[in-house]
Order: sequence, then C-alpha cells, then structure tokens
Amino acid sequence: MKEHVYETVYLREKDFQEGRVLFETWVPNARYAWDAGVAIGRFLQELKAGRLVGTRCANCGRVMVPPRMFCEHCFAPIDEFVPLEDTGTVITFSLCYVTWDMVRIEEPQIPAVIGIDGASPGMGIMHLLGEVDPKAVKIGMRVAAVWKPPEERTGAITDILYFKPLE
Amino acid sequence: MGRNRVAIVGAGMTKFVRRAQETAKELAWEAASKALESCELTLDDIDAVVVDTAPEAFDGVHMNSEYLSDGAGGWGKPVIRGYVGGGTGVFAAIQGWYHVASGLFDTVLVVCEEKMSSCQPHPQGAFLTIFDHTTERPLKPNLLWIFALEMNAYMSRYGLSKKDIALVAVKNKRNAADHPAALLGDPNITVEDILNTEVLAWPVQRGDVSPISDGAVALVMCAEHVARRVTDKPVWVEGVGWSLDTAYWTNRDLSYPVYVEEAARMAYKMAGITEPRKQIHIAEPYDPFDYKELHHLEGLLLFDKGKAPEATALGITQRDGDLPVCPSGGLLGVGNPIAAAGLMKVAEIFWQLRGEAGARQVPGQPKRGVAQAWGDLMQVGTVIVLGI
Amino acid sequence: MSLMYRIQHLRDALAWEGEIPISSRYTVGIAGERFFREILENGRLMGTRCPECDLTYVPPRLYCERCFAHLDEWVEVPSTGRVRTYTVVHVDLDGNPLDEPRILAFIQLDGTDGGLVHYLGEVDPDQICIGMCVEAVFKEKAERKGGILDIAYFRPVE
Repeated sequence: MKEHVYETVYLREKDFQEGRVLFETWVPNARYAWDAGVAIGRFLQELKAGRLVGTRCANCGRVMVPPRMFCEHCFAPIDEFVPLEDTGTVITFSLCYVTWDMVRIEEPQIPAVIGIDGASPGMGIMHLLGEVDPKAVKIGMRVAAVWKPPEERTGAITDILYFKPLE
Repeated sequence: MGRNRVAIVGAGMTKFVRRAQETAKELAWEAASKALESCELTLDDIDAVVVDTAPEAFDGVHMNSEYLSDGAGGWGKPVIRGYVGGGTGVFAAIQGWYHVASGLFDTVLVVCEEKMSSCQPHPQGAFLTIFDHTTERPLKPNLLWIFALEMNAYMSRYGLSKKDIALVAVKNKRNAADHPAALLGDPNITVEDILNTEVLAWPVQRGDVSPISDGAVALVMCAEHVARRVTDKPVWVEGVGWSLDTAYWTNRDLSYPVYVEEAARMAYKMAGITEPRKQIHIAEPYDPFDYKELHHLEGLLLFDKGKAPEATALGITQRDGDLPVCPSGGLLGVGNPIAAAGLMKVAEIFWQLRGEAGARQVPGQPKRGVAQAWGDLMQVGTVIVLGI
Repeated sequence: MSLMYRIQHLRDALAWEGEIPISSRYTVGIAGERFFREILENGRLMGTRCPECDLTYVPPRLYCERCFAHLDEWVEVPSTGRVRTYTVVHVDLDGNPLDEPRILAFIQLDGTDGGLVHYLGEVDPDQICIGMCVEAVFKEKAERKGGILDIAYFRPVE
C-alpha cells in the first residue's frame, strides 16, 4: 500500500532555527478563572480548615472524594457531605524524573493515587508523596497528610503539602 | 433493524513525521486525495465528510475541523466533526459508518488530521489541561504521571516486570520497519535497547512511549451498492462500539479498562461474535504506551485478565503468530498524531484483510479484524470490527 | 444547604485561576512557502491556477477545494485589486481604544478569484468606497521577513 502513502515533507528543528522554512508564531492569551462550584467550593473551604471531606449518595451508598453534587452512577443529586480522615493507602504511584516540558530533575517527584480513609474503597485522590525514600514506596503503603500551617492555607489542594508514610 | 451494510473501499495516509512542512489543511488533503485515488473516486462521488481532529490547542487553530474542511473535501458538503481524545481515530470510522448505515448518505469520506508540532514548547502544555484545574493542576502534574500510575497499577496487580512489557515495544517497532509511513520503525531493536532508555516517570521509560507526530489518514466508506461497483474486495463494518467511563479517574480500577470491554461487547454483539479469541484473526489495539497494548487486549476480551503479557512472550501476537497484534507497528512504531493514529489502525485492518499490506501482510488470509482506540482521561473505548 | 449565595464583588467568587501555557508555531506550508518567498525575494504576488475549474487562488493553494486536483500551475498576479468590503477598527483585542483607528479590508486582486485581508493606508475612512482600486505597498526588501506584513498596506490607486 506504499502508493497510498503521501510523501509528506519532514522538517528538522534546525530548519526553523536556520531560516530554511517560513513560519509564524502566536501566543494566545488563554487565561481562565474557573468557578470552584458547589461541591469543590466546599472541599476547598474544608481544606483551608485542615479537613478532607467527601459526599455520600443516598441511593448507592458510595462515599465519594473528590466531592460532587450528583452521583454520576445514579444520576441523583447529593446533599450529604461526609467528613473523611486525612490518612489513606497508596493505590498506585510513580517516580517522575522530568518536568512537564521534559527537563530532567534529580530528585523524583512522587505522584500517587491515595485511597482516603472514610471514603468508599478505591476512592482515591491524586497527590504527592514526601518524606519518603523513593525506593521504599510500595503499593498498599499507609500514609498521612502533611498540612501547611493554618495561617498559610488558602483553600487549595496544596494546603496539603504531601502525604508521608504512617508510622 | 433498518440499518444498511457499510463497507470501507479506500484508504490513504500521509507519512507520520515529527514536524511536517505541510499546513494542517495540506496534510488533510494529502491523506484524503490518496484515499480517493486508491478507489478511483472523485470529490463529486462524496456525499458527506467526517473531519476529526484534536482540540484547538494542538494545531493552534480555533474551529480546527471547519478550518481543515476544504482540505478534507468538505467544501459545500455536509461536514461533521468528532473528538474523543485518542479514541477519535476509530470513532471517526464509526461516525462514517452511521452516516451510511442510517441511509442518509451513500459515500462518505472520513478524515483524521493532527499537526502537533505547532504546539510549543511541547504539546504537554496543552495535554496538561486534562487534569482537573482545581484539584490536580496546582500539584504541577506531568501528563506522564497518569500513564505511569496506570502502568504501575497494572504491573503490580499481575506481578509483571518491565521486560514483560518491553516485548511489546520491540514487536511493534520491528513491525513498523515495514510500514512506509512509519516514524520509528527499527528492524533490529531489542528488549535491552528499550530497558536502557532513560526513566521518565517510573515505571515509564522513553522506549515505552510512542512519538508525538504530525499526520493524517483518510478512508472512503460507502453503502453496499456503491461498494460492489467500486471494488471486488469491500471490507465490511461488522460491528461498532463505544463507551465512556467517568472522568473521576482516581476513583477507578486502573488495572483494567472496563470501558474498552463495554465498547468491545457492543461491537461483538453487533458482529455476532461470541468467542472473540477464536473469531477475530487480527487485532490493532491502541498502543500509545507498550503496556496499553496488553491492557487493551484484555479489555477486548482477547486474553484473560493479566494473561496478555504471557501471550506476547510466547510469540502469539507476532505477525506469524496465532493472533497477530499491531502488525502495522502501532503507535509505538508508526507514530502518534492523536486523531489520526486510530484511523491508521482501521486502515491497517482494511489493507490486511484485502491482502494489500505488503511486507507487513500476516499470513493465512485473515477474514476478520478488530481495531480499537482509547483516549480522554483514560476514559473512552472505541471499537470497530471489520470483515471480508 | 443553599445552592447560591450573594457576593458584592467579582473577586469574592470562589474561582480558581490558571492558563494554558502554550504558544503556536505555524509552518506556512508547501504552497505558502513559495507564496511568501516570492513576496520576500521579489516583492510580487503569486497564485495557483486550477485549469479544470478555471479558478486562480490567492493565497495560492496546494489543491483545488472544488475538484481536489493537485495544483502546480503558478502564476504571477497583479498587486492591484478592488476593495470588496472594509471596516474601521477602533478597539484592540482586549477592548481598549486604539490610538489611531485601523482600516481593514478584503481586497480582491485583479484577475483572480481570491484576495487578501489587509490594512488600508494613506486614506481617510470617509474616502473609502466599496469597489475602489487599491495597490499593495511592499516594505523595503531589507525589512521583509517572509510574512503577510511584508506588505505594509494597500493604498488607493490614482
């Protein structure tokens, strides 16, 4: 099927730098202000107070985090917020040695999906692990949130600095 | 059921390259004109056009599909756009299918295009927006995180090693050496080569990741009476399926793609397939990362959960194996222009069933194949079953 | 729990801010490469012709949108044309008033089926009429970069 493949012209990065190909550039001014919404608005307020909170669906009984205004399985509205622990279990993790624009970093960042105690099983949130040797991280590890001091919290997911191993 | 039979009668594509000189429109035209040429049809024969392409941020053009439409043959015609992340390539063929199956149109041109090289400094800048803006982006995530987290969950669940998974990258990159449009085909690559690449986000290494590319693919799909006129080897669409899981990806079991199973069941039911492993002869599951091929093979019910790695190690998924998987070379070998990659897989099944895959041809005259794509926030499964 | 609450100032709305941190780099394409090089090197405009459809495209295209043929017939086109429509712009992209209003027009180039959207210069807004003849004013060669702004503007022809 070679005859059905067009000989597309490929360029090297050098072709741009050395002016062998003409191009235009554009920087869009894509800045946003997203409404936190009813459920996440409350989630952020609770984070500022040093607490994690979820929502329970009266229909299926799931306790969900991040909290949401409606259960996506039952398509029913939720109005019950449930206080959760700030401890949990590592469901999966990674050791990341590059930034988003592919610059290498020495000490890996350790993102993880952490199942939060008090929520239904498998209900995880994404966060970072810290104060832990990368080689020692295991799936199933028990961890606890390390919070910013109250005066530094702003109502953001980063009010939790990271999760560290529970002794 | 009031649905018409639909066949694919032509296919064309551009080379998949890291940076194309062509504009997005020109890429679309290159693929679309090759597709029309391949079945000796002209624009006048086309009743409607499906133009699928990723969100504006990658190509950097607002209303990208409409912008591309003249290059996709859409001038003055009914045109529709679809987009479901990486699932788009197969979904575009499904859109083409229902345009014709509904009886509304006889002949449809399906075009998928991506020019990711426009996105500077790196398409990751746009990919990043897939993370929730409030609960995830403040953690300064890297897109690789999601794949690494999913890969670790899969490996952990079944006790797999990096080597088990690297075998897929080796198979596909070697297969791609025979694909005229391939970016990263390498007939001599070994498992050691993959395992020696730099660790990006453990367990993901550079060798596990498919290359970002520019490219376009097009198909011509038509009703039975047109197909019989145009070719003596129409490839029939026997089943289609698609399913979307919740965007709350951290609440899901990442070790199994349930949404692929749901899409597969829908497609298999339509195709009358009750024993996929026996009745499907060739598979093109989506492989943006090597572990995804394994993940998806299980979701497609072609292997039991956790068993796809074993099948790979035994050579079952090689071109001359019992169930050839990604004979094209997949995304790992040919390249990954988001919307176009999945359609490349559909085109591969098309060429394979007709015996036109050249050096990539799998032996034994396969009669039925499945192509599957996946995308969004690890959410969507799109599946198409083709037969000759 | 009430679903809504009243705020006095927009800044009190619980909104999370962020951006999409990308810029775009567009190649001018296969056809565009020749078009802009001709402007850059030779200060002239070119188009491509589709003999089947009897159309001359400016900006030139690699393919005919009507019959899908590959176009490889390049023709020089005049840099004069007629104003088919125009507008006088008083604000910038963020809605702030411009120091000087700018005039944008669609100019159909003589003898072609296409044209360019560009600025009009050396003319007052109240002197413009649809159908008037204009000509391109090219920048000095040393100032040209191989882009659409190598034409400074179009001005009325005497």
